[in-house]
Amino acid sequence: MSTTIKIKNVLKKYGESVVIPDLSVEIKPSEFFTLLGPSGCGKTTLLRMVAGFNSIEGGDICFNETKINHVTPQNRNIGMVFQNYAIFPHLTVKQNIAFGLQNRKIKIAKDEIEKKVEKMMDVVQIQKFKDRLPENLSGGQQQRIALARAIVIEPSVLLMDEPLSNLDAKLRVDMRNAIRNIQKEVGITTIYVTHDQEEAMAVSDRIAVMNLGSIQHVGTPQNIYHRPANVFVANFIGRTNIIERELNMEGTVGCLHLYQDNSVQITNLADPKNRQSGKVKVSIRPEEFIIVEDGLGIRAKVLNNMFLGLNTHYNVELASGEQVEIIQESTLEKVIEPGTWIGLHIKKDKINLFDSQTEVNLTKGVVNDVW
Amino acid sequence: MMFGKGQKKDVWTYITIGIFLLYLILLVLPLFTLLKAGFTNPDGTGFSVAYFTKFFGKNYYYDALFNSLKVTISVTLLAVVLATPLAYIMTTVKIKGKVFLQILILISSMAPPFIGAYSWILLLGRNGAITKFISSMFGVKVPDIYGFTGIVIVLTLQLVPLIYMYLMGALKSIDNSIIEAAESMGCTGIKKMVKVIFPLIMPTLLAGALLVFMRALADFGTPMLIGEGYRTVPVLIFNEFISEMGGDDGFAAAISVIVIVFAIAVFLIQKYISNRKSFSMNALHPMEAKKAKGIRNILAHTYIYGFIVAAIAPQLYVIYTAFLKTSGRIFIKGYSLDSFRLAFDRSGDAIKNTFSLAIASIVIVVFLAILIAYVTVRRKNTLTNGLDIVTMIPYIVPGSVMGIALLLTFNKPPLLLSGTALILIVSYVIRRLPYTIRSSAAIVHQISPSIEEASVSLGASNLKTFFRVTFPMMLPGVISGAILSWVTIITELSTTIILYTAKTRTMSVAIYTEVIRGNYGTAAALSTILTLITVSSLLLFFKLTGKKEISI
Repeated sequence: MSTTIKIKNVLKKYGESVVIPDLSVEIKPSEFFTLLGPSGCGKTTLLRMVAGFNSIEGGDICFNETKINHVTPQNRNIGMVFQNYAIFPHLTVKQNIAFGLQNRKIKIAKDEIEKKVEKMMDVVQIQKFKDRLPENLSGGQQQRIALARAIVIEPSVLLMDEPLSNLDAKLRVDMRNAIRNIQKEVGITTIYVTHDQEEAMAVSDRIAVMNLGSIQHVGTPQNIYHRPANVFVANFIGRTNIIERELNMEGTVGCLHLYQDNSVQITNLADPKNRQSGKVKVSIRPEEFIIVEDGLGIRAKVLNNMFLGLNTHYNVELASGEQVEIIQESTLEKVIEPGTWIGLHIKKDKINLFDSQTEVNLTKGVVNDVW
Repeated sequence: MMFGKGQKKDVWTYITIGIFLLYLILLVLPLFTLLKAGFTNPDGTGFSVAYFTKFFGKNYYYDALFNSLKVTISVTLLAVVLATPLAYIMTTVKIKGKVFLQILILISSMAPPFIGAYSWILLLGRNGAITKFISSMFGVKVPDIYGFTGIVIVLTLQLVPLIYMYLMGALKSIDNSIIEAAESMGCTGIKKMVKVIFPLIMPTLLAGALLVFMRALADFGTPMLIGEGYRTVPVLIFNEFISEMGGDDGFAAAISVIVIVFAIAVFLIQKYISNRKSFSMNALHPMEAKKAKGIRNILAHTYIYGFIVAAIAPQLYVIYTAFLKTSGRIFIKGYSLDSFRLAFDRSGDAIKNTFSLAIASIVIVVFLAILIAYVTVRRKNTLTNGLDIVTMIPYIVPGSVMGIALLLTFNKPPLLLSGTALILIVSYVIRRLPYTIRSSAAIVHQISPSIEEASVSLGASNLKTFFRVTFPMMLPGVISGAILSWVTIITELSTTIILYTAKTRTMSVAIYTEVIRGNYGTAAALSTILTLITVSSLLLFFKLTGKKEISI
């Protein structure tokens, strides 16, 4: 039976400064749930509130239906993986993993512990280091021990605080796959904290994008990428160009004026009836531009180019003055030289429109589970 | 911050309160008793400043203060002047046998100062080896070593290593690129030293100098042995307190108060200067020692080896005399182990006492230091901040003053401790704790809080987390710190001499009495034993830590 984590109207203060004003979210059983956001957004603070290392100044956190606000960390039945691994340096690999089992409320028999530890070491593939002290093991191996130590106690929830940020790029990719697979195998409800959006997309069932102590968007990786709830999420997830343009409503269809007499029909507005004509913010990702010859579409001048193999990046200046970034799949033709005038079309189904005041997405298809 | 438990009470709150109460009784109360005694009317009635009027009214008394100042300032200046080139040469010039020399310098700093004093008496005293040699060879009378000169020589040689260690640390933190930058702009040789290096090590030099100042001010054994009537304040306090014509407790207390006020003033000046002048440096590439050529190389080696010989040789001579045959009080031709036999005969109990007292104290020091270091670093709140300050008070209270304060407080029921071994242990523990707490706190700082959180998240209680995770991680560092405490405790004299009784006599007291009585053979034998214990403890320290230096 896996655990549901309910976070209801949670408030966190350090002295007088409010870090998390009012946050609610529900994490489903067996879900791999990621808190993603820039540093200082409150993601680690929230994780530590779930763990019990930070006090809760308001609201409730529940595991299933049990409120755990005042339960000490020892009694919450959590497994935690830390950014710096937090391996006990004076204990061997095996002793590290057995540590939690020896502290259980209901005593576990010695050979039972032995069996569980052996099995777990197989799962994370550290069998051959079992009698070594951790100090000479690599970062990746230490992180496997930390993961094994957290999971072996069969916790209700698994909490991970930027577990991969101290590893090098190659190992990070290997480890995130390992974490993902192990989590799916054991099926523990998991909260994962990271500031790396690629990592978040790779491992998560759902992601909560946080900023300034509140959740901006909760959704699947595809959803937050393609239909970001607001301009912050659009900017934070992937790269995008935000330009301001006029949207004229003609019945339920919006006419987006891009350049002089060039405009596109927007038919996927979420609530076209209540939409007035006026300025909107348009988010066009670099790959949502199509380069065509000068004279068609939006007129633009190439400022510089960068050939990266699979893709070629261009920075261009629109005739209206904005600079935007474009990514095209590389072709056999020559890259376009700086100073060349080009035309740009856009993939109008993919782009997102935002209210220029509230910066909320106006496009159909946004799924945001934040409540 | 840990566990966000600003307001919640756990087992650590009670531990903190317990230790705090212990300090209130064993440190704060004695100091207040001392203050009260100093401000009491000589006839025992009510408040009065009579003792202070007495002190400043007679030059017999306030001369001691001037003497102390004269000695302290001379020692400090000389130590700075000698230590700076020592550290600079050691850092910049390749010296043969450097590692070994560094260990020797450190050992010379940890050796008990009164053995230093005694060894100079053996060499240059009235019947000293060199004195006799020169007068028989040349018929010239060698100037007297006793008094001011002797005290300054002994203390300076003893305290130079202290500044030296500070300076080595500072010089090591200067990045070589700073030196190279200066040289590339044409600033070399003496100019480079004065314009670049000296300003950079100035804050450290001041801090070291003021520490030397405090040590020299508080030292009791040296002026007592080699001073021969040259009264410094610690000697005066001792005489007034233990005077054979019935000591005057109140007056001794009053002088103690004056010394404490003085020490606090110096301490605050040190704080002020080092706060204002300090800057942090961190060298990626420290300065490298280069091979010097010709005359410079010879001068550098002469200076280093010269200092080490001056610091070590007298002590070696003491060891040599321990193996000489004696007849009564004088050394005669030939060698024997009689002095050792006599030493064990007469002072076997002192050796035993030294060990049992020091071991008991060390165990308590380690235990308390670990707990105090943990709460002051991990559980920061008003109470632990208070504890942090209180535990540091003994830093600035001279040993003899501490002894008097304890004796005045615990000489009557219900707190009758005077004459027991316990009062000695209390004094050792209180005086040594600040150092051990500091080094232990440094270790706690190195342990990431998430290690403890990991343990807690795995279901271990706070206390279990401490004993299964934090404590084992702290232990190696704390033990090596404890060895240094051990050395200072077995060589302690200034407090012991006030608190000991026939039953609790220690080796340092035994050596002191034998020297005073003129039993040079047994004194030398005892000194040899004490020096051997000290040196082997230090070698153990170096072996355990892999370090070649000691941070004080």
